[in-house]
Amino acid sequence: MTDSGNIIMCGVGGQGILLASEITSLALLKAGFDVKKSEVHGMAQRGGSVIAHLRFGRKVYSPLIDPGTADIMVAFEMLESLRYIHYLHRHSRVIVSTQKIFPPSVTTGMETYPDDIMDKLNANKFKVYPLDAFGAARETGETRTVNMVIVGALSSVLPVKEHIFIKTINERLPERFRRVNIMAFSRGRKLIQSAP
Amino acid sequence: MSRKNRFMSGNEAIALGAYEAGVKVVSAYPGTPSTEILEYICTYDGVYSEWAPNEKVALEVAVGASFAGVRSMAVMKHVGLNVAADPLFTAAYTGVRGGLVIITCDDPEMHSSQNEQDNRNYAFAAKVPMLEPADPAEAKEFTKLAFRLSEEYDIPVLVRSTTRISHVKGLITPGRKDKSRVKPGIVKMPQKLVMLPAHARGRRIDLEERMKRLRAHAETFSENRIERADKKRGFITSGISYLYVKEAFPDASVLKLGMVFPFPEKLIRKFAKSVDEVIIVEELDPFIELHVKAMGIACRGKELIPAIGELNSGIVRQSVTKKKGGKLFQPPEMPMRPPNLCPGCPHRGIFHAISRLNVFVAGDIGCYTLAALKPLSSMDSCVCMGASIGTAFGMEKALGKDALGKVLAVIGDSTFIHSGITGLIDVVYNKGFSTVVILDNRTTGMTGHQPNPSTGMTITGESSTMLDIEALCRAIGIKNVQTINPHDIDRCFNVLKKEINRPGPSVIITKSPCVLLPEMKKRKDRTLYQVLTGGCNGCRACLRIGCPAIEWTPLSGKEAVRLGFKAKQKGYSSINSVLCDGCGQCVSLCKFGAIVLDKGKND
Ligand SMILES: Cc1ncc(C[n+]2csc(CCOP(=O)(O)OP(=O)(O)O)c2C)c(N)n1
Ligand code: SF4
Repeated sequence: MTDSGNIIMCGVGGQGILLASEITSLALLKAGFDVKKSEVHGMAQRGGSVIAHLRFGRKVYSPLIDPGTADIMVAFEMLESLRYIHYLHRHSRVIVSTQKIFPPSVTTGMETYPDDIMDKLNANKFKVYPLDAFGAARETGETRTVNMVIVGALSSVLPVKEHIFIKTINERLPERFRRVNIMAFSRGRKLIQSAP
Repeated sequence: MSRKNRFMSGNEAIALGAYEAGVKVVSAYPGTPSTEILEYICTYDGVYSEWAPNEKVALEVAVGASFAGVRSMAVMKHVGLNVAADPLFTAAYTGVRGGLVIITCDDPEMHSSQNEQDNRNYAFAAKVPMLEPADPAEAKEFTKLAFRLSEEYDIPVLVRSTTRISHVKGLITPGRKDKSRVKPGIVKMPQKLVMLPAHARGRRIDLEERMKRLRAHAETFSENRIERADKKRGFITSGISYLYVKEAFPDASVLKLGMVFPFPEKLIRKFAKSVDEVIIVEELDPFIELHVKAMGIACRGKELIPAIGELNSGIVRQSVTKKKGGKLFQPPEMPMRPPNLCPGCPHRGIFHAISRLNVFVAGDIGCYTLAALKPLSSMDSCVCMGASIGTAFGMEKALGKDALGKVLAVIGDSTFIHSGITGLIDVVYNKGFSTVVILDNRTTGMTGHQPNPSTGMTITGESSTMLDIEALCRAIGIKNVQTINPHDIDRCFNVLKKEINRPGPSVIITKSPCVLLPEMKKRKDRTLYQVLTGGCNGCRACLRIGCPAIEWTPLSGKEAVRLGFKAKQKGYSSINSVLCDGCGQCVSLCKFGAIVLDKGKND
């Protein structure tokens, strides 16, 4: 995957997926790619499941990724990685934050949160990168930077130089949030590089 | 403005296109996926923008501005055009002075809507042209073009976006500002603008003339274009479907219709002759297909392409080639993650009280529609904005006295102003005994917190006259109007119980701000709650309110004993302090007094 790619970003409303996909798109654009990004607002944002499609290449037509054609999945929440597994193909890479957010049926004790998510992912041929993004964000002193930790991880499997991402974050975020978000980004990048 | 390329959503692009077209007046009512268009427009200098009480008013304001000779625009979601259909159909007759553009954002797949109607049908029915962009870049250009067409052909122009254009981001290039040749001012033209039958008959013929000229224009319109390639298959398509076709069949010939109505018949015939087979790819209705078939041209469309839901390139490819794609990974059975009311949402309290009444709840559209889901399960119908009151009243008239105490109407503040007021007038005028709950959370929550007349603030944050809902209800003739706090569940229940059994009409206004409003997010006096360790009896009463902050931990007999509970106890509740918003609704639900202020968190 060098000159084009399909990225699915999924998670739970309120996890900062829109900003993460925005930064990633802008960095890819800066690196000279055409980019289209699709997201859904409205009903989906009241704590529901959220998915964004990001496609890049020399020329991108459709804004939607067809099932079975996502090269990368970035799951901000573990369970959500399984919900959108039909978008993956045999060689997809899956970056999955090990954070768990219980859906209502679990918090009220009607259902249990599956404990075999990693096994299910690993049972396929995907290259899976589990990531303690929440832990890494906490180390920066600002847990709200989880999304930037994840962008950092994602950045290291994209054909975009690190400094382009850093420049993008600096341009896109207000001054007072920059330092801590760059720190989160760098941690995310290191996390994945040290992953097995 | 800089002319550098920018990464923009379709909605941002439509706003920019309107700005570049020199639009002066824009009126809208929020609705996904259209809402952000006005929110972007209001940031441009020299444009008046407003949230109207509903889409009909929005279009009428735009019509008026056009009559005054300025470029104007009305913006709404697909179902909004149903509400604005009345002015639309006759504005086609009057035509315009300043360019008049109507943006309709359809929502195939119903990501955030109650239906997936295809608004291209409105162009045909109202006899007005419609442009349909395929991506954000076109959305900007087409919006700009629409204003020119409107003035040139003396007609309102529809621009149709869909979720995958409005909420897709792509590269766009800002352009130069356009200038209208129309002079602003008051011009009296009763023959053109007063649609009494004698004038309307004249304008009806004129409309036909204007559409005839537009049909001729469609033949050479630059956005109706043939992309010649392989002759085996020729696709006729428009909007987002064009991109799916390009992706699925990059080598095929394509006729892309930028204007989906009126049709360029000669161009279509020419294209059809040049290819072996014509296939029509369009999302939702067979709008182009029916027309092409009526022209006597052999083609295939909906016999191949699904008419329900969104398309994508995979669906288009497989539908046409009939070749199955590879096997997909299948998501396992897993807990669903439906949207939910926020922790601390005022709607949750009143709906918990309603759920205990055992009545038929005629509901309406807004965040509170989520109360229809488990565990609150307290809404029994929801049709369109404003329908709750009429629906409840209709049930009442159908069942007579048997309905007393058994039916309740529930409606949000913005929705009440949008189209609930007339329903309430019907109740009073025709001697009903309906009970109506108006959920005043000081905002239009569902669509992202737009101000509305009852918030006393305009889109730009200026303060304005605040609509007094209570006084309005009294003025309509409701004698029993009271305002209560939705967080106070017991009081809500008692008031509801009394009012539903009253033989006359009554209104209960629940007033408490949405917790996502900036002033609520900033508040410092939040008091968080906790479940006393060991105090929980495992009765699960608090779980019935469906608050994301209340969590249940199941226990085995051994664990129960180890933690000091009775061996029989199946589990215990606790409150997640990160999620708790301190609304206190749950306190009254625990009959064992186990839910108390969290001292540690409140000091
Ligand atoms: C005709 C029409 N216009 C717009 C919408 C989009 N819409 C759905 S709910 C809603 C507003 C709800 O606001 P309110 O009644 O105040 O309830 P809240 O969401 O704040 O609880 C809007 C604008 C729609 N469904 N139908
Ligand atoms: S946005 Fe406001 S009204 Fe909507 S669910 Fe959240 S708190 Fe309730």
